[in-house]
Amino acid sequence: MRHWIEKQRYIIDFTLSSLLRRKVKNIGLLALYTLIVFILASTMFFTYSIKKEASLILKDSPEIVVQKIVAGRHDLFPVNYIDTIKKIRGVASVESRLWGYYYDSLVGANYTLLTPPRNGSFTDTGKSTAKTTVVDSESTDNAKPLFELNGAVLEPGTLIIGNGIARLRAIGTGDYMPFLAFDGNVLNFKIAGVLSSQSELVSSDLMLINEEDFRKLFGIDNSYVTDVTVAVNNPGEIAMVASKIKKRLPQARPIIRDEILRTYDSIFNWRGGMMIVIFSAAVLAFVIFAWDKASGLSAGERREIGILKAVGWETSDVIQMKFWEGAIISLTAFFTGVILAYIHVFFTGSIVFEPALKGWSSLYPNFKLTPFINLEQLTTLFFLTVVPYTVATIVPIWRAATIDPDSAMRFTGE
Amino acid sequence: MIELVNVKKVFNAGNPSEFSALNSVSLLIEENQVTVLKGPSGSGKTTLLSIVGCMSRPSAGRVKLQGREITSLPERFLTDIRRKTFGFIFQQPNLIKGISVLDNVMLPAYPLGEKRVHLKNKAMKGLAALNIANKAASKVEWLSGGEAQRASIVRALINDPYIIIADEPTAHLDTKLSYRFMEIIETFKAEGKTVIITSHDPLVYESSMVDRVVNLRDGQIEV
Repeated sequence: MRHWIEKQRYIIDFTLSSLLRRKVKNIGLLALYTLIVFILASTMFFTYSIKKEASLILKDSPEIVVQKIVAGRHDLFPVNYIDTIKKIRGVASVESRLWGYYYDSLVGANYTLLTPPRNGSFTDTGKSTAKTTVVDSESTDNAKPLFELNGAVLEPGTLIIGNGIARLRAIGTGDYMPFLAFDGNVLNFKIAGVLSSQSELVSSDLMLINEEDFRKLFGIDNSYVTDVTVAVNNPGEIAMVASKIKKRLPQARPIIRDEILRTYDSIFNWRGGMMIVIFSAAVLAFVIFAWDKASGLSAGERREIGILKAVGWETSDVIQMKFWEGAIISLTAFFTGVILAYIHVFFTGSIVFEPALKGWSSLYPNFKLTPFINLEQLTTLFFLTVVPYTVATIVPIWRAATIDPDSAMRFTGE
Repeated sequence: MIELVNVKKVFNAGNPSEFSALNSVSLLIEENQVTVLKGPSGSGKTTLLSIVGCMSRPSAGRVKLQGREITSLPERFLTDIRRKTFGFIFQQPNLIKGISVLDNVMLPAYPLGEKRVHLKNKAMKGLAALNIANKAASKVEWLSGGEAQRASIVRALINDPYIIIADEPTAHLDTKLSYRFMEIIETFKAEGKTVIITSHDPLVYESSMVDRVVNLRDGQIEV
């Protein structure tokens, strides 16, 4: 055993010195390999973490959201529908929501405006009575609240804005922000606070507004809300309750939480998939390069193998040497690529892939993802990178290793 | 003792370019002797030497080493025999560029897994014996022709073989270095080693230390 270990040490030593002797070629290969791993790992880490993050945020989101649909389009939801929903057996509570979008032509960004719900709900007449603290008051440790207010109080004529908006408009607490109302009047709102969310992913472009101000801004009557959320006593009955809502209110469109999660999943799978498809060309180029590198042994390399075999190295020793060479290159590239991707995704906010993976508008969320990495991800990555390289080089290695030892004797030129 | 019985070697068998390098060669090489295989270019000297040194197999015939038939041994065993029994000195020094003289000298011993300290001591002793210990850390491309030749001799001796095989060792050496080489061969003989040399250099085959000269021509031994 001691001899075996010592032999491996000698072979690894010799392999390292061989790699260093062909610095330019091997550094080029290593750089390209690392880049491939980096791209794949970044895409994988990003999509996995963002999906995980989204699912944690949405974990405590409403079980059912009910919208009104007219001619296949989302319409304002009449408050008197709420009673019909409340009467359905299995429904625990119904809460109405007021939200919408506002396009700021000054910076070309779209904001999401939301009136924060209270403990309880809007009254049937749509009057709000509560103060905002934390939207998702029932968050568990596992679930992230949608946003946190740090005690800011939302009063008529005030706004609480997300970090993205504060950055984009360079404004903060105490500043005023003008809005163009539905009737052409300009409404000035004072910034009462900035959301300090742990997950800027969903609150970056968010703006919390008082209910009366919201209605004034968009011209929405008290008898309408944007949509309602429905809590169900028994999670097993969600689908049943949704179908009853649809039956009793044919114009309503109930959306269950799983559907929202599925949408998030498919959005990021699609984006991640697109990235991988684009870069698969790079992977292919790399495999060709690796094959070429391994099969196109230079005369010098062939001569070296001939000498080694002539002085007493076996075919298996040469294969071991080539194995260590491959292992050193692929593992170095793998770990360097993974570490760089980790730093890229979780410390620099995916600066390279930001436009492709994150953006929806000019208002990019500036969020730091919580690192979520599992063994399955790393194994997949390993099989996507190290295995193709090994397979691409195995035949040429075998061919190189079977060079006749007497080729060294036949060599006459230096 | 090495015995060759009716050894034939055919290259590219079955192809239009088929070429017979050795034709029914039978030869007995005695222990502790210096044997020179002499002949013109293309006479089959190197082919014969590579078969004797277990580097290639004959197409027909048998090779016996110390009475043991080795022709049909699998590659792994053949390599083992080659490693422990033979030390090779090639026409060119055939050192690996980019690594030190010491590393080059130790190369044949790597697969044996010997302890590094022992191996290094052995290599340094060998280099000192041939007066190139001061070049141990130098890269081989910095050596002169004579130094490179001596380094390759130390490499051939690292596993302490009892048969030394040298293929045209003086082909690229000047007269002075050729004489120096023959002096080294004399020390091998004095140590009880068997030496087999191919050469068509009179300085080698006419040397007084040579015990036997075998003439080869067209793949056959001339009587």
